[in-house]
Amino acid sequence: MKNLTEFLRKFRESQLFWPLVAWALILMFNAIVEPGFFQLGIIDDPIYGKHLYGNLIDVFKNGAPLMLVAIGMTMVIATGGVDLSVGAVIAISAAMGAVLINPALGNELITNDILTRNATNTPLPIIILADLAAGTLCGLWNGLLVSRARIQPMVATLILMVAGRGIAQLITNGQIMTIYYTPYFWFGNGYILGLPVSIYIVGLILVLAWFLVRKTSIGLFIESVGINSKASFYSGIDEKNVKLLAYAFCGFCAAIAGLILSSYVHSADGNNNGLNYELDAILAVVMGGTLMTGGRFSLVASALGALVIWTFTVTIYTLGVPANALLAAKAVLVMLVIFLYSDYSRRLMSRISERRGSSQRAAN
Amino acid sequence: MNLCTNISVAENIMLGREPARFGTIHWARMNELARKSIKRLNIDVDVTRPLGDYSVAIQQMIAITRALEILSAKVLILDEPTSSLDVHETNLLFDAMRKLKGEGIGIIFITHFLGQVYQVADRITVLRNGKLVGTYEAASLPRVELVAAMLGRSMTELDAISRVRSEGEEQKERQHLVEARGLGLTNKIEPLDLDLNANEVLGIAGLLGSGRTDLAGMIFGIDAPDKGSLVVDGEKADKVSPQQSLKRGIALCPEDRKAEGIVGDLTIRENIILALQARYGWFRFISVQKQHEIADEYIQLLGIVTPSADQLVKNLSGGNQQKVIVARWLATNPKVLILDEPTRGIDVGAKAEIQRLVMNLAEEGKSCVFISSELEEVLRVSNRIAVLRDRRKVAEYEGDVDDATIIHTMAGGEA
Repeated sequence: MKNLTEFLRKFRESQLFWPLVAWALILMFNAIVEPGFFQLGIIDDPIYGKHLYGNLIDVFKNGAPLMLVAIGMTMVIATGGVDLSVGAVIAISAAMGAVLINPALGNELITNDILTRNATNTPLPIIILADLAAGTLCGLWNGLLVSRARIQPMVATLILMVAGRGIAQLITNGQIMTIYYTPYFWFGNGYILGLPVSIYIVGLILVLAWFLVRKTSIGLFIESVGINSKASFYSGIDEKNVKLLAYAFCGFCAAIAGLILSSYVHSADGNNNGLNYELDAILAVVMGGTLMTGGRFSLVASALGALVIWTFTVTIYTLGVPANALLAAKAVLVMLVIFLYSDYSRRLMSRISERRGSSQRAAN
Repeated sequence: MNLCTNISVAENIMLGREPARFGTIHWARMNELARKSIKRLNIDVDVTRPLGDYSVAIQQMIAITRALEILSAKVLILDEPTSSLDVHETNLLFDAMRKLKGEGIGIIFITHFLGQVYQVADRITVLRNGKLVGTYEAASLPRVELVAAMLGRSMTELDAISRVRSEGEEQKERQHLVEARGLGLTNKIEPLDLDLNANEVLGIAGLLGSGRTDLAGMIFGIDAPDKGSLVVDGEKADKVSPQQSLKRGIALCPEDRKAEGIVGDLTIRENIILALQARYGWFRFISVQKQHEIADEYIQLLGIVTPSADQLVKNLSGGNQQKVIVARWLATNPKVLILDEPTRGIDVGAKAEIQRLVMNLAEEGKSCVFISSELEEVLRVSNRIAVLRDRRKVAEYEGDVDDATIIHTMAGGEA
């Protein structure tokens, strides 16, 4: 019994508590209002074989890119910074993929011959590597501006946020490029053992990132720099490179997100790929309990935060709210989150739990 | 300064009280008024030119003019007005101050330059640790006594004390761990020679603003020196930075514990292993179990009072936080340990413990540098004392010295 209360207390204080509560609330809402939400079925797809389908699967499948971006964003925010350019990096990554695949560039007329050839100009592994390299390079650029040129993170990443979409359009020559290369679609639409590939990718990155921050000293250094960067410098920590690494990793994650997104929609659009992802990712990180000022962070909590956002989005769609009202509905979510995380509601919560504790003692 | 350098001198002086005509500013009249008020201080400037065209001293005086103009003030408070002025500019300012004094205006002049106090002040008020020590006539207060008042001892008391230092210290073989030759940093520390030896505590004494902290930071590499050479353990140190110092075995417990020392939201354990982990680098991670071993060892060794090593360090008292920072560096087993004001803001018991710790560390063969604004403490702990004044090393004492001698040196000038 004592162990259980101890465990419950630990759980309540852990960063996972609030996003889990939020997720549970949304799922409960669905269970009441839209019982069909939880239905899972098996479908035999002509291209991707037998796999599960249902709203929950969609949440994971569509939420995967945001989860990835949120994981990267967590590292940056934990150092006390922020990366506004992730949406643009997604666009760059998507554009790279599309251009490397499509043998006919930009405004050259695409003939029927090419459309049906299902061909690629570049082998798939090289496309992936080029995508990831481009994203990491963008992250390094941000990191250099922040750590070496000492530009405020918000301003430094604003540069690439604006320029990045321009670069993406330069790459695709200003066109929205449609992709016709089937193997590429696997990342966003494929299934392994009945579950979407993107879930596995998120899991892989989560494990990789977890290993990076908890089994090396990088996590400790990131937190230390985020809490007190001056004291970290005085302690001999290489704070510049710690920041650089965080931004590079964030760019890397955004590149994977771009790969999945373009694969999912079969196209690359410099203007719209990953639009507003930076804001959603920041919201996810905040929901995960990482402070915007830096310090303690939890990658899993941020990924959960992203999941909450997507569960919310899918819920809105299943309720039949028109897509153009989605942003307004999201604003309600943001307001709720801000309220829940405010000092005011924290105090309220601790007052309630205190009162309950004292009444329990009185009953004994 | 509360001025705008991009608008004209006249605008600065008349800001918020511009003379108006037909609802717009009456420029001619404004310039004329400004010219008139500036005459008061005997300075010669064109009031229509942007303020930024003039030197800091002139700007300083424009600020004074503005203050006088707005309030037709009777009392003028100047808080460190000379800190960024050179000698000539300071004299300009002092002339203006004397003129205002003649007009019957009272001036409070706050400064840390003792010489300047005697140049302009009639009476001197001394504050120490937020308390009023006393107000004295400048003419009848010798400089040494002023310093004694600032440090909180009376001169008679100082003369009465004759220090009895333990003479039994056997002359151990001098081993230079750090040799600084002509080491200096532009605008911060004048080039100086300094040796740090094993088995020795070097005390650094000096008044506030004498460059004690900058000296410590320069040797450790917070601001790398740009003159002279530094030899650590027989090897020339080319690049001086905290990371390099960590590798060379030089440690610094910084002056500002909150801003530069502790990482508040990390646990005691994480704070203690931070520097050691930084030395190991990114991939030689100290396992949590090993972290606990190290943390517990130092919690016991230094007597850090805490229920567990997993407490957040910001919840500790000042003395215990200081011990955590000392522990952080001891865990890296440094050869040289520089402590900048390690006893500031901590209670008497913890103070004595830290002093004893420093002496013990020196006995074990480390070289300690002890910086403190409390002279008594420096004298008690140190084997050798270097005195700084105005960003210069002015003297070095060894063995028997009494505080009177050191106070004379710290104050400098006549006396």
